[in-house]
Amino acid sequence: MKIIVCIKQVPDTTEVRIDPVKGTLIREGVPSIMNPDDKAGLEAALRLKDELGAHVTVISMGPRQADTVLREALAMGADAAYLLTDPAFSGADTWATSSTLAAAIGKLDYDLIITGRQAIDGDTAQVGPEIAEHLGIPHISYCRDLKIEGDEIVVKRQFEDRYQILSAKLPALITALGEMNHPRYMTPGGIFDAYREKEVVIWSRNEVPVADGNIGLKGSPTRVVKTNPKMLKQPGTVIEAGVEESVQYVMAKLKEKYIL
Amino acid sequence: MDFNLSKEHLMAQQLFHDFAVNEVEPWAEQTDEEHRFPWEVVREMQKYGFMGIPFPKSVGGQGCDTLTYVLAVEEISKVCATTGVILSAHTSLAADAIFMHGTDQQKEQYLCPLAEGKKLGSFALTEAEAGTDAAGQQTKAVLDGEEWLINGSKIFITNAEVADIYIVFAMTDKAQGTRGISAFIIEKGTPGFSFGPPEKKLGIRGSSTCELIFENVRIPKDNLLGREGKGFGIAMSTLDGGRIGIAAQALGIAEGALEKTIRYVKERKQFKTPIAKFQNTQFSLAEMKTEIEASRWLVYNAAIKKDTSKSFSNEAAIAKLKASKVAGDVTRECVQLHGGYGYIQAFHVERMMRDAKITEIYEGTSEVMKMVISGNLLK
Repeated sequence: MKIIVCIKQVPDTTEVRIDPVKGTLIREGVPSIMNPDDKAGLEAALRLKDELGAHVTVISMGPRQADTVLREALAMGADAAYLLTDPAFSGADTWATSSTLAAAIGKLDYDLIITGRQAIDGDTAQVGPEIAEHLGIPHISYCRDLKIEGDEIVVKRQFEDRYQILSAKLPALITALGEMNHPRYMTPGGIFDAYREKEVVIWSRNEVPVADGNIGLKGSPTRVVKTNPKMLKQPGTVIEAGVEESVQYVMAKLKEKYIL
Repeated sequence: MDFNLSKEHLMAQQLFHDFAVNEVEPWAEQTDEEHRFPWEVVREMQKYGFMGIPFPKSVGGQGCDTLTYVLAVEEISKVCATTGVILSAHTSLAADAIFMHGTDQQKEQYLCPLAEGKKLGSFALTEAEAGTDAAGQQTKAVLDGEEWLINGSKIFITNAEVADIYIVFAMTDKAQGTRGISAFIIEKGTPGFSFGPPEKKLGIRGSSTCELIFENVRIPKDNLLGREGKGFGIAMSTLDGGRIGIAAQALGIAEGALEKTIRYVKERKQFKTPIAKFQNTQFSLAEMKTEIEASRWLVYNAAIKKDTSKSFSNEAAIAKLKASKVAGDVTRECVQLHGGYGYIQAFHVERMMRDAKITEIYEGTSEVMKMVISGNLLK
């Protein structure tokens, strides 16, 4: 079984602060991470590899620095990595991104494509399904759980208050929810192999068979007109535990915040 | 000359940091308070290859290097010094002794399961009458046909009750002095091999420390590690490596305490202002940071020397002397900056101050480090 996992490098939004004067995101000094939903998708692929012996390829479109998240994926256990990077690709909206990724994936063998539900920086949730449309294969989004049965994938598709069980003939694409699993850690040896033994294959403009009108800023039919920061209040935490345990939790939190 | 970590070392450092924060720190307080061996954490470390970081893949290791191993001990010790020493004693004392001195057969039988994380290792040199004077070994080993017959006891042994494989030193020829000491590999469960009660310690309380007792213990002749009579040299060279691990542990403790303190002084208000605004606090933080950076580069230097030079004994001693002193000084100062809150358990620096002390004592006291360093100066 051949699996392709799409990965995006994103700023760690838990560390992003807002410039109080300009009202824009302060990106300087913010660490870049593997998008959490993508990481869950990678973990799902690696579990299939553990169970069924799949070959896992990771692919990303982005600047050269995105090499880091692909190395991380290799260190977790992925077998091959591709980075689509070229000034011509930059400024892409979801259409141009999915066109580029689909064209690159079209050069590879696959039975299953996994993307994250959405990226924490853009939050569009469009790229995964669009790749499936470009490739003409079925897709199931919001995957909470999956299994392979013969030549089909069976997916638990999560909604807020219910879920569906859907199946699709392979090859197919699914988009993974971050909640579907706890991704494994890298191993120290995996990291050394990722840098010293394995390779991140670079594909630039000429190596991706996609029309000029479908890539980069020029190939993007949508434009971001304006971004308004929204100051989010931190969500509350619900503790479902006995009285004693809940009190201990609250006390520990108060101490952690130096309130007590 | 390059003081930057490579990309792979930076990524490994990030891994160890994430692992320490998510998997180790949640257990740290309970580990200390209940004197409880953190099996949950150790099992995770075993699963992710942390127990064989510097060894080649051919012997079950991760194929990294001593610097990577040091980064692991450092990051883990930032949040839990107990877990730091479990990793250190296992890797650089038990496993490394077999890696450096074992036969191919011994490596396959004993080093592979240690490096793969299937078994835990321990190293037993110290005796009641043989501390710094390690040559005063009373434990005896006598060859009896195809077996060694071992009698005696070892004290203050790290990973004692929890290990599976032990490196044990014993006199094979008392008349030869240090040249009469030999090293052996002994497995848990060998008849006649038992443990004394766990020691109650000032710090690193979750680490298993007890006496090992050998009463007519019989092990195969082939479990001699290195040549007969070469045990003292094996012990000393293995301890050189172990000291780098302990220096990394000390470095981590100091860094962990400073991190907690920086957070505290920003939030703690006195005279209607955070105490971080006071110059006394600022200068104190600056001095601690400077001392920590000085020990960091000594520790990393010793680690790099272990992989690249024939001799690293002096560098290891210098690193341990400095890092352990800094760990003691920094943790005491961090408690001071916390005031009364530093003296109670909830703020962690109290534990770190207790944990720091051992780094000036085990695997050679600071006085032994000075003997090594001055010996090199005056030879």
